[in-house]
Amino acid sequence: MSIAAKANTLWEYANPRKFLATSERVLPVFWISSAICLVVGLVWGFFFTPDDYKQGSTVKIIYLHVPAALMAINCWLMMLATSLVWLVRRHHVSALAARAAAPVGIVMTLIALVTGAIWGQPMWGTWWAWDPRLTSFLILFLFYLGYVALWEAIEDSDTAADLTSVLCLVGSVFALLSRYAVNFWNQGLHQGASVMRAAAVTGSDTEEKVSNIYFYPLLLCMIGFVLLFIALVLYRTGTEIRARRIKALLARERVGG
Amino acid sequence: MMPDLGKYADAVLWSYAASLVLLVALVVFSILRGRKVRAEMEKIENRMTRNG
Amino acid sequence: MIALLLRDLKLAFRAGGGFGLGLAFFLILTVLVPFSVGPQSSLLSTIAPGILWLGALLACLLSLDRLLALDWEDGSLDLLATAPLPLEAVVSVKALAHWLTTGLPLVLATPFLGVLLNLPVPGFFWLVISLLIGTPAMSVIGTFGAALTVGLKRGGLLLSLLVLPLYVPTLIFGAEVARRGATGMETQTPLLMLGGITAATIALLPFASAAVLRINLR
Repeated sequence: MSIAAKANTLWEYANPRKFLATSERVLPVFWISSAICLVVGLVWGFFFTPDDYKQGSTVKIIYLHVPAALMAINCWLMMLATSLVWLVRRHHVSALAARAAAPVGIVMTLIALVTGAIWGQPMWGTWWAWDPRLTSFLILFLFYLGYVALWEAIEDSDTAADLTSVLCLVGSVFALLSRYAVNFWNQGLHQGASVMRAAAVTGSDTEEKVSNIYFYPLLLCMIGFVLLFIALVLYRTGTEIRARRIKALLARERVGG
Repeated sequence: MMPDLGKYADAVLWSYAASLVLLVALVVFSILRGRKVRAEMEKIENRMTRNG
Repeated sequence: MIALLLRDLKLAFRAGGGFGLGLAFFLILTVLVPFSVGPQSSLLSTIAPGILWLGALLACLLSLDRLLALDWEDGSLDLLATAPLPLEAVVSVKALAHWLTTGLPLVLATPFLGVLLNLPVPGFFWLVISLLIGTPAMSVIGTFGAALTVGLKRGGLLLSLLVLPLYVPTLIFGAEVARRGATGMETQTPLLMLGGITAATIALLPFASAAVLRINLR
């Protein structure tokens, strides 16, 4: 190993190394705080909130359904952002973070779909309806599957990062288009996005508001999901960086003898 | 201790169970894979520093 | 550019080029539908627009993996990439050739297959119009998918997985036009949306396809 080669390797791993060191330091904070938020929020929601007068106890499903749906979308947005960073700045960590996030997004989408189906059964009388929002999430799920499958299919990791990034960009446009198409195609059963609307939170919108009794534990659960997502993505990105390093080391071993 | 969930008990409990199982599975799989990859990397790094 | 188009068309029409396979698939699918849902003509005429749209889409999908793979294997794609013609144009010509050999025959075949499925009379016009507008988008999107998976040995299934979600808006608006047309409702809004999607994909997606192809040829 010549000095030039060593310097080159150091340069190549400078950023990932820093990332690993930093994430190692902050990860416990995220794990613990997300666990606290989730436990407190879910216990509060499950044991100490009253039943809704219309929906009965099924309203408790909201503490899982809404945060999971929120993260399913935000995860895609994060992948979109990191893909852009990779395409423009060529930071390896960025591409690997998008790869690490995708399975998390799949699980979040799955949770949103499953809890939605279980919730829909008593409320709407059916497990599945081709309601616009359900359909959009199903399409999002398919996009996630395609994205992960493309990552898995390509040997060379730089090529894979490039191709999946472009797919993520194009897919985002089409996902948005599908959202509008689906809205046009079938007006749905879902209520509006009542949680995030200011009127709903302040309580002036009496018809659809999520009242404060439900809102605070829900907020806690949402924070918990966000923290859990960050912890998972940081951890999994670290794993991807190490896996990449293994690949690089093995390749060097083979070449250098 | 257990709140009265009324006639929707099944729906609520199933959705909590399904979600928690999925979340725990995700975390466990992430950590297992992370451990494996980290151990492998350290093994290879040690081997390479030994061999020069 | 025209030479490239003629070459692609000639290759497609030659034996083994796969021309007609899509048509045969479309025919078989349409024939199988009454076997699977039953022969009641009222039911068939309700689902005919949707089935024909889906059949056209699947037939289109089926022919995608040949779109770039043959050129990739014999190395002519590398030559095209170094040719003075920009890769964006190459990709567009490829999509056009694919549409001429797959999309257009499908559109022309639908009226005959519509008869088999008892399509209501006003539906014929709208079905052909919607497919005429929608199939170019399917070819262009398919070219993007083919460019993504061109380097992979068994990319066929992956290609379907990647392309199908991208087909959703086209399918929704296209089938909506055909459905509304068949039942005599107004078709302007979905028709405009369908046209908008097709125009936008033709204008923008070749850049993405060319970028992806450059990465794969690196």
